[in-house]
Amino acid sequence: MKKTVSTLFAAALAAGTALAATCVAAQDYPAQPITIVVPFSAGGPTDTVTRLVAQAMSEDLGQQVVVQNVGGAGGTLGAGQVAAAANDGYTLLLHHIGMSTAPALYQSLPFDPQTDFAPIGLVTNVPMTIVARRDFEPETMADLITHIQENGENITYANAGIGAASQLCGLLLMDALDTRMTEVPYQGTGPAMTDLLGGQIDMMCDQTTNTTSQILAGEIKAYAVTTPERVAALPDVPTAAEGGLENFELAIWHGLYAPAGTDPAIVERLTTSLQAALANETVAQSFADLGTYPVPADQATPDALAQTLAAQTELWAEVIAAAGVSAQ
Amino acid sequence: MDLIASLGLGFSVAFDPVNILYCFLGVLLGTLVGVLPGIGPTATIAMLLPITFTLPAETALIMLAGIYYGAQYGGSTTAILINLPGESSAAVTAIDGYQMARNGRAGPALAAAALGSFFAGSVATFLLAAFAPPLARAALNFGAPEYFSLIVLGLLVSIALAHGSILKALAMIVLGLLLGMVGQDIYTGTPRFTFGVRELFGGLNFVAVAVGVFGIAEILRNLEDETEREVGVKRVTNLWLTREDFRRIVGPVLRGTGLGSILGVLPGGGHILSSFASYSTEKRVSKNPREFGKGAIEGVAGPESANNAAAQTSFIPLLTLGIPAHPVMALMVGAFILQGITPGPNVINEQPALFWGVIASMWIGNLMLVILNLPLIGLWVKMLTIPYRVLFPAIVVFACIGTFSINQNIFDIYAIAFFGIVGYLLIRFGCEPAPLLLGFVLGPLLEEHLRRAMIISRGDPTIFVTRPISATLLALALAAILIAVLPNIRRKREEVFVEEG
Repeated sequence: MKKTVSTLFAAALAAGTALAATCVAAQDYPAQPITIVVPFSAGGPTDTVTRLVAQAMSEDLGQQVVVQNVGGAGGTLGAGQVAAAANDGYTLLLHHIGMSTAPALYQSLPFDPQTDFAPIGLVTNVPMTIVARRDFEPETMADLITHIQENGENITYANAGIGAASQLCGLLLMDALDTRMTEVPYQGTGPAMTDLLGGQIDMMCDQTTNTTSQILAGEIKAYAVTTPERVAALPDVPTAAEGGLENFELAIWHGLYAPAGTDPAIVERLTTSLQAALANETVAQSFADLGTYPVPADQATPDALAQTLAAQTELWAEVIAAAGVSAQ
Repeated sequence: MDLIASLGLGFSVAFDPVNILYCFLGVLLGTLVGVLPGIGPTATIAMLLPITFTLPAETALIMLAGIYYGAQYGGSTTAILINLPGESSAAVTAIDGYQMARNGRAGPALAAAALGSFFAGSVATFLLAAFAPPLARAALNFGAPEYFSLIVLGLLVSIALAHGSILKALAMIVLGLLLGMVGQDIYTGTPRFTFGVRELFGGLNFVAVAVGVFGIAEILRNLEDETEREVGVKRVTNLWLTREDFRRIVGPVLRGTGLGSILGVLPGGGHILSSFASYSTEKRVSKNPREFGKGAIEGVAGPESANNAAAQTSFIPLLTLGIPAHPVMALMVGAFILQGITPGPNVINEQPALFWGVIASMWIGNLMLVILNLPLIGLWVKMLTIPYRVLFPAIVVFACIGTFSINQNIFDIYAIAFFGIVGYLLIRFGCEPAPLLLGFVLGPLLEEHLRRAMIISRGDPTIFVTRPISATLLALALAAILIAVLPNIRRKREEVFVEEG
């Protein structure tokens, strides 16, 4: 009996200490530099977005926020690494829409995007643009729809490989028009853009972060943006709906995550910090230059990110299954 | 704005004291990370990106560019001294450079590399200034079929890289091609040779493979025989080039500069070919092809000039079209964007001070590198006198840290160990690692462009001969085979390929 009591007491004491320790940890947070893992190589659009946000967050948190690139396996290596990291709030993940497509693309994923992470908030929704080589015949989105329906597989369509934003956009487009084009995969949309500029391929659909400057310079043709509203940096480019393609919406949403089990107080602190970063004028301006914008504060929340992730995971499971695409 | 006025603007920006300071910091840092095996410019620039945030745009880019071409200089130093190439271009320098060092001629090898690089850098900077926009435009004519044919030509000609039996060279190239296939097929997503290991989905890390088969293997080989180990460590005859050396490097430097300048402009991997192409060319035109692989100074001067020229001209697609030619350039895109400048065709008009300032700083940076590196040669050479029991563990540690810093992936360290043993076995079997690395680098590109060309042509193979540039390149490749096969030239060919025969 005595033993039981003392065990109970010890357990209670331990629990109390642990609780106190967590509280202290949350109060002192952040006591050391924070690492945000980007699951893609440095210099890419996601990396750029992360670096802008990290810079502003470190000002708000008063601690350095370091960006670490852990590329490979379509972003699943870096995400897996954060899922397995200590949930002390010092290792975070900034990942995009690929978080919701990974379960459908990879049969043996070592983590569950929905249960192994504590969402912090959405960061930005990067619009996509439907673009083509400069001398591609169709002039408007309506022309393009007819042209695709008439020529189908005679049109070459560039993407950045399995699961890339550019491939997802193409899948949705072909799904919407109920036709197939010839998909030409590249190692990233950088080389794909090169071939588009050189007129080696016909079309591409890519994030504004990659296409805006080329569109503005008149080097490539832009038919539509994939968001419900026009993009400030590209005022002359209509939305897909304006161009005659109803219900065609796609934005490459980016979210910030901590490993599951992170102290809610720390998550809250990070959410506040993310919101402050997104309200930062330099960030807003840099995002605008890239053709995107920070999400409003009510979207930069754990709930909004969790909902987006759940809804998108369901949507892409269907689209990907219908297209018969698999990464392994 | 004409060229003179533009360059004047550029130099006025580049000569700004703050910019000169950062240019110097950049090339100094670049040289250091280049010298440290494994740690490459990609990792360094990635780490320094946040710092550039607070600098003016031109200052930031001048420094980052300095790190990049500074690392090209520094990289050759480790390749020559301890047979540790950190980048594909330096792999070629290691072949003859390291042999020169073993023969006690590390000084001349380093001097030839530095002078060749300076000359190439100056010429390429001028080309960049004078012809950037039209050159970039012309490079866009290279589509998948053209790249495929270019790589075929490169592979065929580069069999001359080997200096043992031709059969072993072919075997190494094929092995390299196979290693290059490891990872996820980008066309179907099917994992190949990954054995269920997720870390292999993105393919093997070039640095890990190169450090393993060259550096670690060389250390293992040195450890097995104490007498041989001494050879690399002592007897430094002279530090400077002889008159004869000068005479011998003029041609290779000129040809290397030309090849590198042209190949560097191609955004689809041309820069990778430049040093390999230069080495093959030099071996072909040389009167003493037997010396190649045993310490021919031409084999150092040519490729070093080529890769430095390519390093400069690979800025052309970036600055004029906003297209990054390789990972370092992709990081520069990131740097531009962090500065609020979207790289693209408009940079030259909207940011003339930036565009011309960066170009002018490249020449200044190259000059600084020569001044920095030539007096340091004595110091580097002294490194060879460090006792092996200190040097070898240090090399292994630095190589591992450097490789790890690229992807923060522990698997790459295992890969170094594995390829170290593979490389050692290959040396024991008398096989050269250089063709293996060439196959490894070019294999994935070859496959990618072949399949892309076939997709674009919808399965019609005539695409390779109906497009003029591609057809010309294939004709050259055919000519290369004929030269090798024709009986009256065969005697000469045997001189080139078989030395132990």
